[in-house]
Amino acid sequence: MYQAIVFLPLIGAIVAGLISLAGARARHPGGSAKDHKDYHAEPQSGAAAHADAHAAEEPAAAGSRSAELITTVLLFIAMILSWIAFVSIGFGQDARVQVAPWIAVGDLRIDWALRIDTLTAVMLVVVTTVSAFVHLYSIGYMEEDPYRPRFFSYLSLFTFAMLALVTSDNLAQLFFGWEGVGLMSYLLIGFWFHKPEANAAAIKAFVVNRVGDFGFALGIFAVFMMTNAVDFTTVFAQAPSLTGKTIHFLAWDVDALTLICLFLFMGAMGKSAQFLLHTWLPDAMEGPTPVSALIHAATMVTAGVFMVARLSPLFELAPVAQTFVVIIGATTALFAATVGLVQNDIKRIVAYSTCSQLGYMFVAMGVGAYSVGMFHLFTHAFFKALLFLGSGSVIMAMHHEQDIWKMGGLKDKIPFTYAMMVIGTLALTGFPLTAGYFSKDAIIEAAYATKNPAMIYAFACTVAAAALTSFYSWRLILVTFHGHPHDRAHYEHAHESPMVVLVPLAVLAAGSILAGYPFKDLFAGEEIKDFFRGSLYFAQSNHIIEDMHHVPAWVAVAPTVMMVLGFLVAWQFYIRKPELPGELARQQEPLYRFLLNKWYFDELYDVLLVRPTLWLGRLLWKGGDGWLIDGFGPDGVSARVLDVTRNVVRLQTGYLYHYAFAMLIGVAALITWFIVRSGGAG
Amino acid sequence: MTITLGHYLTVAAILFTLGIFGIFLNRKNVIVIMMSIELILLAVNINLVAFSSFLGDLVGQIFALLVLTVAAAEAAIGLAILVVYFRNRKSIAVEDINLMKG
Repeated sequence: MYQAIVFLPLIGAIVAGLISLAGARARHPGGSAKDHKDYHAEPQSGAAAHADAHAAEEPAAAGSRSAELITTVLLFIAMILSWIAFVSIGFGQDARVQVAPWIAVGDLRIDWALRIDTLTAVMLVVVTTVSAFVHLYSIGYMEEDPYRPRFFSYLSLFTFAMLALVTSDNLAQLFFGWEGVGLMSYLLIGFWFHKPEANAAAIKAFVVNRVGDFGFALGIFAVFMMTNAVDFTTVFAQAPSLTGKTIHFLAWDVDALTLICLFLFMGAMGKSAQFLLHTWLPDAMEGPTPVSALIHAATMVTAGVFMVARLSPLFELAPVAQTFVVIIGATTALFAATVGLVQNDIKRIVAYSTCSQLGYMFVAMGVGAYSVGMFHLFTHAFFKALLFLGSGSVIMAMHHEQDIWKMGGLKDKIPFTYAMMVIGTLALTGFPLTAGYFSKDAIIEAAYATKNPAMIYAFACTVAAAALTSFYSWRLILVTFHGHPHDRAHYEHAHESPMVVLVPLAVLAAGSILAGYPFKDLFAGEEIKDFFRGSLYFAQSNHIIEDMHHVPAWVAVAPTVMMVLGFLVAWQFYIRKPELPGELARQQEPLYRFLLNKWYFDELYDVLLVRPTLWLGRLLWKGGDGWLIDGFGPDGVSARVLDVTRNVVRLQTGYLYHYAFAMLIGVAALITWFIVRSGGAG
Repeated sequence: MTITLGHYLTVAAILFTLGIFGIFLNRKNVIVIMMSIELILLAVNINLVAFSSFLGDLVGQIFALLVLTVAAAEAAIGLAILVVYFRNRKSIAVEDINLMKG
């Protein structure tokens, strides 16, 4: 059964990929050379620049429908199996499935095995459920796209990579899944390859992730160096004996566990778009909306959180690294929320919101409340996927308009989408009894209850971010759905999306409400020990789960108060006095600019990293390659040879008497030589 | 005045030098070059015969006969080539013959 969960999406991806290949072959029988001409010939009109889907100039490839159906059905089967697995693992026994031996080098043995414990089961449910409904949604959303088989193939392949990641039994397999999802993220962000922004965003996502993955790889190497193994069972068994050991590097002696955890967390920062490595996530919104929902909200970006939870036996022993995790998480939560306040693109607002919520999860991870972080991951997957898919529905209704200031008053036109978006927003802002309420409050309580040195900072950041979250979420709703239509033409043509789009919304909305209460005790209550068993490790001194139930009452209500506060301010700003935001923006011009430009991170990185790199590249290209190597290397030598021969060639006049003269000179020289020599000898 | 070996050799040397200069100072036509080659061979023959008579060794004269035969064959083939060449290129001026130019 577990093999089926992991490999059914792979089968779907392969089938859809073959259909896509056949379609490409039918489209361009001549091969790839013709493709290039076609790409450039395609008009890059203004409409294509901001349109979510490009005009279908060519008919969809044959078999598009079957590709959609095959992948979607396989995903739904995987989803049902996952829920069965969730119940049987969560309330039963862990499982380990040996699939195949993989790498055997020296005394390093790595098997391809599925490690199915509660932590994995939670992720299986999240990944397959969201993925299945995103597949279903995409059937409607991508209706006009001629490259649907390719899209569905990528989606399924991504799901496979993500499942390989969460079921991994060792760090190498984890890394395989890690890179797999990164690759599919790149391919899906750049799915509309004729849009330059999409290509740039895809490259940016890939490159920023490489920075994180570099740290992750170093972390794995360090683990191998210290324990001589990469499978989790051995590594975790040896972890306690590593405390106090150091790694000697150059002149430094660094605490081994701290270093390992910091390196591994660097990978998590890249993948989960944490502060400093977050810049790729908002740009990733250039991809199709279902991709944003699946990869950049519900699953891939939570891989970092999952990884920290999976490696809790290591992190639990490295308090310095934990403090670092808390600080980065809290900073991200607050930072992304402040930027979200002033964004105007509907998808970017939700993207910054994702970034911020991931920060919350890392705060929970850092203070040692791993199950609470997983709880937020679980609930967040539902309501954030819902918000993204809802945004997609709005974007479809508005004919690929994404600027919220061109919307307005849509609640009468698309009431169902409106209702779903409100549910998603309620869950995100933590309205009592929705899913987000339980998980987010638990994180804030954990941030208060912790004995971590960064406790005050974490608590203040998360509470403040809760208010900001509420504000920007309601701003999104109020500006988009309430008030007056800002763009009449679009408003008149707005239409509700088809059923195939609305059903996933409804299911995810149900999840956003129901994923909280029934799971509260399993993730953040008394039953954690029975539910998670060995999959999460709590040190002897870690009483966070108990402590967080004994926080003062004002801490427990703080998030709710903040949520109401945010809503009231948003209501004041965008319904009662719509001129207020503009005035405030004018009064606080520098602050507004600062937030609108995302704290100038892109500009900063441009000056600090991108331009020096480009400068260095240009130097090596023009100077190193062009001048030095081409001038003096192989090319230079061959050029000099040509110069010489060009002159030598001129000796060949073709005139007989010249040759004859040369012969004469030669003979004369030879004779002279013989005479002089024999004369000298004689 | 008796004609000694030195006189023969002098004549041969003059002929030889004429032949050499005939080859590479001549800018007119290929036939002159062939004639120059004949002159060189002739000079060699004179040398051979002169030394043969001087040393009383007949081999030199026999060798001169061989050279004459070869020279005749060479002249025949050379002229034949010239005729063909003229048919093809309508010229046997040395100036025009530079197909080997690099």
